[in-house]
Amino acid sequence: MKCKLLKKLALITAGIVTAVSMSACGGNSSGGEGGSESADGETVKVGLLHSLSGTMAISETSVRDAELLAIEEINAAGGVLGKQIEAVEEDGASEPSKFAEKAQKLIQDDEVATIFGCWTSASRKAVKPVVEGNNALLWYPVQYEGMESSPNIMYMGAAPNQQAVPAIEYCAEDMGYKTFYLLGSDYVFPQTANMIAKAQISALGLETVAEQYVPMGHTDFQTIIADIKSKQPDVVINTLNGDSNVAFFKQLADAGVSSDDVMTMSFSIAEEEVNSIGANLLDGHLVAWNYYMTTDTPENEKFVAAYKAKFGEDRVTSDPVEAAYIGVYLWKAACEAAGSFDVDAVKAAAGGIEFQAPEGKVVVNAENQHISKTVRIGKISADGTINEVKATDAPVEPDPYLTTYDWAVAANLQPLE
Amino acid sequence: MDIATMIFNGISTSSILLLTALGLAITFGLMRVINMAHGEFIMIGAYTTYVVQDIFSKNLPESFFDLYYIVSLFVSFGVAFLIGVILERLVISRLYGREIDSLLATWGVSLVLQQAARSIFGAQPVNVKAPSFLQGSIGGTTSFSYVRLFIIFVMVICLLGIWLLMYKTSFGARMRATMQNRSMAQCLGINTKVMDCVTFGIGSGLAGIAGCSISLLFSIDSTLGTKYIVDTFMVVVLGGVGKLIGTFTGAGVIGISNITLETLTSASIAKFLVLILVIVFLQWKPQGLFAIKSRSLDE
Repeated sequence: MKCKLLKKLALITAGIVTAVSMSACGGNSSGGEGGSESADGETVKVGLLHSLSGTMAISETSVRDAELLAIEEINAAGGVLGKQIEAVEEDGASEPSKFAEKAQKLIQDDEVATIFGCWTSASRKAVKPVVEGNNALLWYPVQYEGMESSPNIMYMGAAPNQQAVPAIEYCAEDMGYKTFYLLGSDYVFPQTANMIAKAQISALGLETVAEQYVPMGHTDFQTIIADIKSKQPDVVINTLNGDSNVAFFKQLADAGVSSDDVMTMSFSIAEEEVNSIGANLLDGHLVAWNYYMTTDTPENEKFVAAYKAKFGEDRVTSDPVEAAYIGVYLWKAACEAAGSFDVDAVKAAAGGIEFQAPEGKVVVNAENQHISKTVRIGKISADGTINEVKATDAPVEPDPYLTTYDWAVAANLQPLE
Repeated sequence: MDIATMIFNGISTSSILLLTALGLAITFGLMRVINMAHGEFIMIGAYTTYVVQDIFSKNLPESFFDLYYIVSLFVSFGVAFLIGVILERLVISRLYGREIDSLLATWGVSLVLQQAARSIFGAQPVNVKAPSFLQGSIGGTTSFSYVRLFIIFVMVICLLGIWLLMYKTSFGARMRATMQNRSMAQCLGINTKVMDCVTFGIGSGLAGIAGCSISLLFSIDSTLGTKYIVDTFMVVVLGGVGKLIGTFTGAGVIGISNITLETLTSASIAKFLVLILVIVFLQWKPQGLFAIKSRSLDE
């Protein structure tokens, strides 16, 4: 009996481990679209590398859609340097190793001029050595934890000083919050964001009452919510990711806690997440981004209309979607400034390029390859829109290593590896 | 955190574990089928709730909306029961006594069911709205949410129902006889094929009820089942395979220690510590907390 049961247990464990690992890398590549046309010199190929299957597919598909929209618009207006853009799509399948493999394929087999891709920091870190080794170029569309500046990556999302740092400043200065509760999923972005937040909060003379991490996919928040209720923080800085957010806000509402009782400031909840969590649960809570669907610029009106016309009335635009869209246009501008598709020439020409984006004017920073962005604090309303409550007057220069902040330098922040 | 909240949270977590593991206690515990698709039956229950909610909100007046949840508890059981019966007839019935094969086959079935859910409902998670009588909580700072109280209530009803069925009815006696000594049961005139089929159906149906209950706590997507498969097997194995009281105790021990450790450390560490404790315990007592005493030699 003893032996048999142990064997059975080992078997179950083995089965579960395989099941989990298989489902994580499940799904197959959608494949490239061949390159027969590029030989005649009429088209230029670019790679789109996103997860079209697996857990990240929901988010990354809409980013891919934004890139396709930009490509279509550019092609309709005559292309880049007289050539039509041809998109080669690859599926990273929510698996960092797959991302690295597909990046290699795009660069070497398809000989793409550039790659637009990735979402998670893990996938970016997997693709980084590939683009660096091949001297290729990756346009990355998502806000991230900073502490990075690869010469072969163009960062279209916010660095910490364009999202997290101003968000905490807003909590402290505009809202007068004194006590902060840091809650996040257990991986590199929340940990780095919280490391920065703690240094900033203590420099402001305020208090971090707790720093809590839950495993990815965690759905039982009763202990955390009880802890929040007993510690009574002024604000919860929320860096949870994925479906944990739904569980957290649902259970927070069940426990009778609304934004009047405990305010939350989230860094990973954009329009799409608001829809899937349920806007009524998020009513009145705060978020920080550089762009909202409601951002009031003529460029955004056009962008939202074009996005909805192409992909459906019920689709929403969000910060990463907009950043992906900007990336394609900035690449086009850089190629035209350089007069060629050569990576070194494009990189050299990219610095200082301006673009009137849906979020307002952005400028590529020549030193760290990020872009300047307007910071916007937003409040979620019950109808599912996010409305700006405060914005910086001008775009904020990117500072991925936070070298212009005395408290950050004093705290000697180091990237987590 | 005060003690009352901690005890309530412990009981609440245990009740969710027990409710999700109850079906497995039957399919794995009694029938010895390593049912990797158990989590997907929970998912089926959750999606059924969503569908019933959709039908109610579209076809019936507002005032009937709250009834949807009561209806979906029964419908979830029914749908999961039916799919369980079909699965038993088509796949499981050919694999009794071949544990490795049944593990692989049911795992395959779980992948098929997940993909089916993705194809029907899409990759985007869906939500169900709690009926108005389950919204909110009682108490002040030490508050107990109605949803969690309700889950405890459902768990008690299910446990009581299964206990009555298994130990107080002749059907239950025949069911246990079939599972414990098939050939002897056949000699006594029990139709073991029907017993197998119905037993597996009941186990699956219970998973459906579990899915319906927990859908109030978070969103529903096709991977919902995979979150529970490890926990439910852990509960059944720790409690001792084949004993209802074992599953009850196993869920209690894991739930309460999880909450205690989570309060003392953090969610990530608690999860890991509970796994370690269970593994160490099974090294010491591989049969779990409660073992069936049997005279047969091969057990």
